[in-house]
Amino acid sequence: MKNNIDINNIPKEKFELIGERDLHDVKFDTKPIGYFQDAWIRFRKNKASVAAACIILFILLFSIVVPLVSPYEINYSETGYSNKLPKDKFLMQFGIATGQTTRKMNLNAFTKAMAVGMGAADVNGTGDVTYEDGYLNEYSSVKVIGDPYMSQDAVYRDVSVDVYLEEGFRFFRVTEAELESMKAWEQATGKKLLYPMIDTKNDHPGTEDANVWYKTKSGTLQPVSVKQVIGGVVTTPLDITAGDKLVPNYLYDSQGNAIYATPSDSTMWRVRVLYYNYYQWAHEGKEPYHLLGTDNSGYDICVRLAYGIRLSLLIAVCVSVINLVIGTVYGSIEGYFGGWVDIIMERISDVLSGVPFIVVATLFQLHLSAKVGPIPSLLFSFVLTGWLGTAYRVRTQFYRFKNSEYVFAARTLGASNSRLMFKHIFPNSLGTIITSSVLVIPGVIFSESMLSYLGIVAIHGDAGTSLGTMLSSASDLFTKYPHEIFFPALVISLLMISFNLFGNGLRDAFNPSLRGVED
Amino acid sequence: MQMLTYIIKRILLMLLTVFIIFTICFVLIKSLPQPPPVGNADQVELELELRDRLGYNRPIMEQYGIYLKNILTEGNWGTSWKIEKFADVTDVLFSRITPTLVLNIYSLIFAIPLGIILGIIAALKKNKWQDHLISTVVMLFVSVPSYIYAFLVQYLLYFKVGGIFESDIYSITEAGTKLGYSAEVIKQMIANGEAWKIYLSGPMFVSMILPILSLAFGTIAGLARFTRAELTEVLTSDFMLLARAKGLTKRQATVRHAMRNAMVPILPMIIGEFASVLSGSLIIEQIFGVPGVGALYLSSINLLDYDVFLFVGMFYTLIGLSASILIDLSYGFIDPRIRMGAK
Repeated sequence: MKNNIDINNIPKEKFELIGERDLHDVKFDTKPIGYFQDAWIRFRKNKASVAAACIILFILLFSIVVPLVSPYEINYSETGYSNKLPKDKFLMQFGIATGQTTRKMNLNAFTKAMAVGMGAADVNGTGDVTYEDGYLNEYSSVKVIGDPYMSQDAVYRDVSVDVYLEEGFRFFRVTEAELESMKAWEQATGKKLLYPMIDTKNDHPGTEDANVWYKTKSGTLQPVSVKQVIGGVVTTPLDITAGDKLVPNYLYDSQGNAIYATPSDSTMWRVRVLYYNYYQWAHEGKEPYHLLGTDNSGYDICVRLAYGIRLSLLIAVCVSVINLVIGTVYGSIEGYFGGWVDIIMERISDVLSGVPFIVVATLFQLHLSAKVGPIPSLLFSFVLTGWLGTAYRVRTQFYRFKNSEYVFAARTLGASNSRLMFKHIFPNSLGTIITSSVLVIPGVIFSESMLSYLGIVAIHGDAGTSLGTMLSSASDLFTKYPHEIFFPALVISLLMISFNLFGNGLRDAFNPSLRGVED
Repeated sequence: MQMLTYIIKRILLMLLTVFIIFTICFVLIKSLPQPPPVGNADQVELELELRDRLGYNRPIMEQYGIYLKNILTEGNWGTSWKIEKFADVTDVLFSRITPTLVLNIYSLIFAIPLGIILGIIAALKKNKWQDHLISTVVMLFVSVPSYIYAFLVQYLLYFKVGGIFESDIYSITEAGTKLGYSAEVIKQMIANGEAWKIYLSGPMFVSMILPILSLAFGTIAGLARFTRAELTEVLTSDFMLLARAKGLTKRQATVRHAMRNAMVPILPMIIGEFASVLSGSLIIEQIFGVPGVGALYLSSINLLDYDVFLFVGMFYTLIGLSASILIDLSYGFIDPRIRMGAK
């Protein structure tokens, strides 16, 4: 047949020049939209995902900014102010974060609470202060007094107290130099720090409680008597009125002046200080304001929370990136070469996927935690099995695309294996991989907080803190101090929800088959 | 027949995997320093002697041989040195399965119907307010970690509401006493392996309400989301249109065609849930003081009771692998089309 041309030897005359005119495709009138641009357009339409992304951004900013601006360091702890409620100078004006709580008090407890303000007002130890003076004093722990009511044959009140001022007075052992420094501080600031000592050697021995500066019936908190202003009749009334006074139990010298420091031993002095001012003396004039309160070791929750978020996010992002790299390379090799390479590599990932994560994490902690620290060993355990999912997805994509025509074309043009793998086939799986990398993050945050909550991973001390550690330290007394568990729990929940929503939004945006389906 | 060879192949592969994992774990665990024996002088002496006889002082590969031999010939997986002194680890584990099992099954019985029903409602009312409500709540409950619900229900139901709710589940003696058994009877029952009677009793159930709830929330949410996704997909398929076209009412078409098809992926998921109930939830058992498998695992780490740790670890591995096989096989059993395809 004449048509049967030998393709390698086409005679020259069969070719013909088409001329000098330019060869161009017809230009599109519309603007081209790339894959990522399209994904971005559709991602923006998903309101929930955008909101989630904003929340993530906010939490991230919180974790970066708070440690920079906070007056507290991560290892700052003040055991005197442990388990304290949130209190903030600015927000107090709006009635939030006031550091106040309402307690049900009987008469003795109420007297003791009132005595803090009265003691603070009584600078010279004369005992000549009324309940009203105490209530109006700036150091009064009692902020709002409820009306008395009868309950189980006793008088009770609901009293709103400031938990920081409630600490009242404390005894301290200080050196001579510290005592001088305290006196100098009092001079400089005009605030009162040293208060009269309590007489422990009379008929009404004071207890170790520095707040009971008034005479009590032996062994109880019941004040011996309440001086009533009218007529000076000494009675013990059922209820307190504004003008009543307490009988002081201070230590006086021979001239009748109050004593402010007693020698404890040859070098130390024993003093009774107002803790709120002592705190300021010890912390260069800083007043105790904790925006989110303090935990059971007296750590500032706000700063610790920021460090916990940093750690969680850092681990999660590291794991996500490392998994992405390992999974991509492993999955590409598996999927591209197929055959026995695939079979052997699949067996390896089968075995790895069979090991429960919790066992891996524990073994890594037991083996490596002492050598490289708990956080790197945690990272290793996440990485050991974490990349399996990514590898599986990449492998599937490779199986789908490796036999397509465009890959054959590229191979015919002489593209190398690695070029085919990473330049031609891999970009097809980019969308799925980005999505799964984002969806890995909430899983890692959950596992990390769970492991540190259970104590399998011990992140405290030098290693900083983690959200799980905060939860576990707060969980013992969480019915009593719910704020300590509330903030870390809220942050974990928000992170998990936002990352899930964000990831779902990305998945929908990167899925071309959903284009135009919405609405 | 082909099904049978497939099952056998899968099981053999699983055993091989378990064996490899066991070997790696064994080497890793035994290369850790064995904690020194504790207790009085007699116990210390006994423990050292026992360890010596079991080959604990020999090289690791020799120990491995002895260990394998003991497993294969006597079914002996080692000895607990700390948690229950000198008890067989298998006994230690099996005595803790009952509470885990009871708790998880209660929660599944409660969670599965609720999850499916919510999913169905959301799918049938797609894009109406019912769907939006259910989907939002489900999204929250899927994302929030289970221990947060645990704190929440403890705080709200136990601390604020109180009443019948308990913060921790009863110990077996507490529950037994509530049932009117004397201490001796309870001991007798535990010895006879009848502890499950107490675990299934009414007072025990009441004390388990909070952990059941905490476990159930996640399952309900996960199942509802899955059911909704599957059912919406089925509802939009062509055969549903055909079913309506041939004269079925919407209700008939949904019940006879859509539900049955949607159940194909849902049932294996439920089977998987049931298969993994044995492992127990570490964190829920920790929070509510459940003396189950998860708690055993934690105490084996804290007390460095390595034989128990190894055995529980292998138990987890086995459960996980068996669950995945069961899920794969159940697809074939449930859906005739998949079964045909295998041939």
